[in-house]
Amino acid sequence: MAFRFLEDIATADVAFEAFGGTREELFISAAAALLRTMAAAPERVERRQELTIRLENQELDLLLWSFLQELIFYKDARRLLLHADTVRIEEREGGFSLESTLSGEQLSTDRHRLLVDVKAVTLHRLQVVYKDTIWKAVVVLDV
Amino acid sequence: MSLPPQLRKISDTVWELPVGYKEGMRVPARIIASESLLGGMEAGVFDQAANVACLPGIINYSYCMPDGHWGYGFPIGGVAAFDPTTGVISPGGIGFDINCGMRLCLTTLTEEEVRPRIHELVDQLFFAVPTGVGCTGFVRCSQSKFRRVIENGSRWCLENGLATPEDLEMTEEGGCFEGADADACSDKAIERGFDQIGTLGSGNHYCEIQVARPENIFDAATARAFGITTPNQVVIMFHCGSRGFGHQVATDYLQSFLKVMTTRYGIKLHDRELACAPFRSPEGQSYFAAMKCAANMGFANRQVILHRIREVFSRLFHRSPEDLGMHMVYDVAHNTAKLEKHLIDGELRELLVHRKGATRSFGPGMPGLPDCYRETGQPVIIGGSMETGSYLLAGMASAAPTFYTTAHGSGRTMSRHQAKKMVKGRTLLGEMEQRGIYVRTASYGGLAEEAGLAYKDIDLVARVTEEAGLSRRVAKLVPIGNIKG
Repeated sequence: MAFRFLEDIATADVAFEAFGGTREELFISAAAALLRTMAAAPERVERRQELTIRLENQELDLLLWSFLQELIFYKDARRLLLHADTVRIEEREGGFSLESTLSGEQLSTDRHRLLVDVKAVTLHRLQVVYKDTIWKAVVVLDV
Repeated sequence: MSLPPQLRKISDTVWELPVGYKEGMRVPARIIASESLLGGMEAGVFDQAANVACLPGIINYSYCMPDGHWGYGFPIGGVAAFDPTTGVISPGGIGFDINCGMRLCLTTLTEEEVRPRIHELVDQLFFAVPTGVGCTGFVRCSQSKFRRVIENGSRWCLENGLATPEDLEMTEEGGCFEGADADACSDKAIERGFDQIGTLGSGNHYCEIQVARPENIFDAATARAFGITTPNQVVIMFHCGSRGFGHQVATDYLQSFLKVMTTRYGIKLHDRELACAPFRSPEGQSYFAAMKCAANMGFANRQVILHRIREVFSRLFHRSPEDLGMHMVYDVAHNTAKLEKHLIDGELRELLVHRKGATRSFGPGMPGLPDCYRETGQPVIIGGSMETGSYLLAGMASAAPTFYTTAHGSGRTMSRHQAKKMVKGRTLLGEMEQRGIYVRTASYGGLAEEAGLAYKDIDLVARVTEEAGLSRRVAKLVPIGNIKG
């Protein structure tokens, strides 16, 4: 999977770098990193429910921030662990819009090796950059 | 690590970064630490303390407590007071877990009575107090009822048979921040948190059975005043906050402040995590009212957990909570912003004090303390790692310069991933049991992250708070049982 956890940022929290050949792939990788933070074996999260979310933001990094926040919201409000299956990002005058199809299932202490409850996505060192044909994001989660 | 060359020693426990350290600093930043604790702090601590010093309306100094470490926005252990008229309010100065805090409850039981039943006790607590990712509580609460909970905090618990009047008296602010307005909270925040009352969560949140051994009492008279009267007396300490509701309130307002901070109020910052709004602005006031709701959720959450703990003890020992002497010592928040009166240059002024991973530490005789603590000062609870023990301290008059604030924990020195590389959760569980600490956890990985080696030396942190005049040690409390998220 196109992410790796970082050890030298924000001692008490969890930081990761995610990568993608496109912005959409980057967002899918970041969602995978978030799921891996909460569950040791994300591949065991079955795609039993599907939902679609739509978001807008003027900045691409803040769009990623809102996207990950949505996934955290569903973890608490609906007890859902979610994969991001598809992401579509459109650049419009003055900002970006996103549509994503998410799928997953209710979290289960029996079937999912749950790790840590993510409280929020921080803005600390949040970064989305395009360099050498690769999109890269740095994200710090409050846990 | 190497310290910033501009860092100046003011005293054995006070270190200062001058205004020139970073562009935009309005006041110096002061780190309260011994030389040894200072040397263990990450570069991020100094950077973040300096960023806080750039915020409009800041008074005197941006502070970092002895347990300080690298966080987001404010450092963990960050303290800053603002003029309410010219200053700002910032979710990054409070944290996502609004009113994360500590509660300490007494029993009349001794270690000799509890240790033979520690497995039963911890197992039953583990089922009574939900822990871990996405856990929900036993209080069946509609979203409309939840709106009453967040406006009333522990008072709602009292009305619903989940608290005693004495519990409220022994809680900071009586367990309710006045002025909480549920209409300032999004539907999303309410949907996220309404069924989580009475849950511990995960990360560094825990509930611990501890013992006050005679050799760990620093001040017997104050310990007695706090209810610790018997050798090897058993107490219960727990640490948690406002759960998903508080996290969403902070997230919502961070987003809202980002939109208006520069365009409407012309505030430019080094770190977006410090997004803020003038305190008196509509956005600032709305966040303050919502933050109070989250603070009240934190109080209600810990109150319901205490109710469950009392039920477990009562069932197991066949005695009522009253008969078991299960009185609260105190409940203290360590992630808040509050309007308080402080003496500044001889003038009593109302200030908005942000504490992020920092504990209020009111000295003797200060208003707002229960009568029974007027002579001792406020009980201060500093939670250590699950292996090393925690401290009960007392607030001091000499804490005035830090707006009566002290440390909140031992403070991490090692990242979670590094801790997991060095320690295996199951192995740690076995080793702790060998040392007489029985642990139940929702996650072995989470347990490894909280290993004692990932934290600063709690004994040193507590001693330095005393040497710096922030809080004085009353007793060290060592664990014999622990439940972890």
